[in-house]
Amino acid sequence: MSPIISVSNLSKVYGSGFKALNNINLEIRRGEIFALLGPNGAGKTTLISIVCGIANPTHGEVAVGGHDIIKDYRAARSMIGLVPQELHTDAFETVWATVSFSRGLFGKSKNPAHIEKVLKDLSLWDKKDNKIVTLSGGMKRRVMIAKALSHEPQVLFLDEPTAGVDVELRKGMWEVVRALQASGVTIILTTHYLEEAEEMADRVGVINRGEIILVEDKATLMQKLGKKQLTLHLHDRIDTIPPALAAYNLELSGDGRAVTYDYDTKGDRTGITSLLTDLRNAGVRISDLDTEQSSLEDIFVSLVRQV
Amino acid sequence: MNLHAIRAIYLFEMARTWRTLLQSIVAPVVSTSLYFVVFGAAIGSRITQVDGVSYGTFIVPGLVMLSVLTQSITNASFGIYFPKFVGTIYEILSAPVSYFEIVIGYVGAAATKSIILGLIILATAGLFVPLHIVHPVWMMTFLVLTAVTFSLFGFIIGIWADGFERLQMIPMLVVTPLTFLGGSFYSVNMLPPTWHTISLFNPVVYLISGFRWSFYEIADVSVALSLGMTVGFLVICMVIVARIFKTGYRLKN
Repeated sequence: MSPIISVSNLSKVYGSGFKALNNINLEIRRGEIFALLGPNGAGKTTLISIVCGIANPTHGEVAVGGHDIIKDYRAARSMIGLVPQELHTDAFETVWATVSFSRGLFGKSKNPAHIEKVLKDLSLWDKKDNKIVTLSGGMKRRVMIAKALSHEPQVLFLDEPTAGVDVELRKGMWEVVRALQASGVTIILTTHYLEEAEEMADRVGVINRGEIILVEDKATLMQKLGKKQLTLHLHDRIDTIPPALAAYNLELSGDGRAVTYDYDTKGDRTGITSLLTDLRNAGVRISDLDTEQSSLEDIFVSLVRQV
Repeated sequence: MNLHAIRAIYLFEMARTWRTLLQSIVAPVVSTSLYFVVFGAAIGSRITQVDGVSYGTFIVPGLVMLSVLTQSITNASFGIYFPKFVGTIYEILSAPVSYFEIVIGYVGAAATKSIILGLIILATAGLFVPLHIVHPVWMMTFLVLTAVTFSLFGFIIGIWADGFERLQMIPMLVVTPLTFLGGSFYSVNMLPPTWHTISLFNPVVYLISGFRWSFYEIADVSVALSLGMTVGFLVICMVIVARIFKTGYRLKN
């Protein structure tokens, strides 16, 4: 199946000379939840802004549903709903008016039944006649989602949807996103929270300094998460790993007082028992041990550092 | 053509007008009434006729123009500057609308508002002085052309402005002086030759002259020239707006 969004050789250089995006190539599959991870200033928002028509690309092409975002911007943009990171709202409008406005702006004829459904799904129905200025931050965020959904988009961009949102509300937001995916909407979300990507995404992309450095199925990424590391603190300092232990690929610390061993918790056998037996046979005495699991965060941090 | 979008923007902007009714409509009407009291009744009673028209009557077209010019600029510049300021512009830029449609929505609403205001001020003037309009169709033509032209001009200012100070600067420092010196309160023919020549470089002279002609058939410059200058300014503003959108100036970067 053709991708719903395809980004090819996309670069963005700002007027100041700052290169925000550098030759980005990315394809988003129809119906998936794609999480775009990256530190602040990595280019997440710039990438979204270009796809949505808020910023002009310097080089490269983007197509949404096969429509070029520049030449065929009407068709491309009609398919997209955008929820930006900042809470930009018309403070003195009512919820109903602002959501209806968005639908008209995107070229759709009035459909009160649809607006009603969107507001009910987002638990905003009883606030429909309230002015936005009177709503809490979490409600404002949901108003922005309602605006983005008012014109029945096929692709939804959520830029940091749960930034500054409490745990309860974040869980609620996840449910909304899952329900949307179930209704056939493709979702691209950016986030700082790795937990969020783990919880929600089908695929994860990592962007840093304007470059996509990894795109992977979450399942594959989670397999890497299955890796654990065992550190054995030695009673006596050793200079080299005894040859009998070569098969374990142990790593000796600089001071010679600890060795580390990588193993897979999801494997048939971890090899820990035999390692300990072999260590004793080799006359290495252990004073302490600890284990550590590499998280998505570790993978992320190491990826970002490499660049 | 995304008619739904034009309608949405237009109605949104008009809703803002009704919401701020006091400041949008009532304030200009009050200030114009003060002009009539001061210049029309108090000082005007000591001034003989200008070009065969009593002074109070003479200043009516100029006062209407004064309000229409400043209000068109203020409405349109604020209309587009505010979404930029609060950030809601993201939605306009990401919507499937052409630049032309955005301009029709914003400028159309701003012009509508100042035309309504101009007519209200005209009606208010009727309470102070006897009014007669020789060419009502031309009067409306000049009113609409001026409102649209200066709303476009205001739209440009709103995009260019990066702070409230700049938003106020052009109307206060450029447009108001030009309007006062453009013959709102006098005929430029009353000026000494040097000042008369200088006045002819003021575009507002042509707007007011043509507008006044439609009322009383008296004009400082020929009507054709007035019309030509007004349309000329309209075209200049359209070209600038087209360039702004083409380059994304102050909107997309």
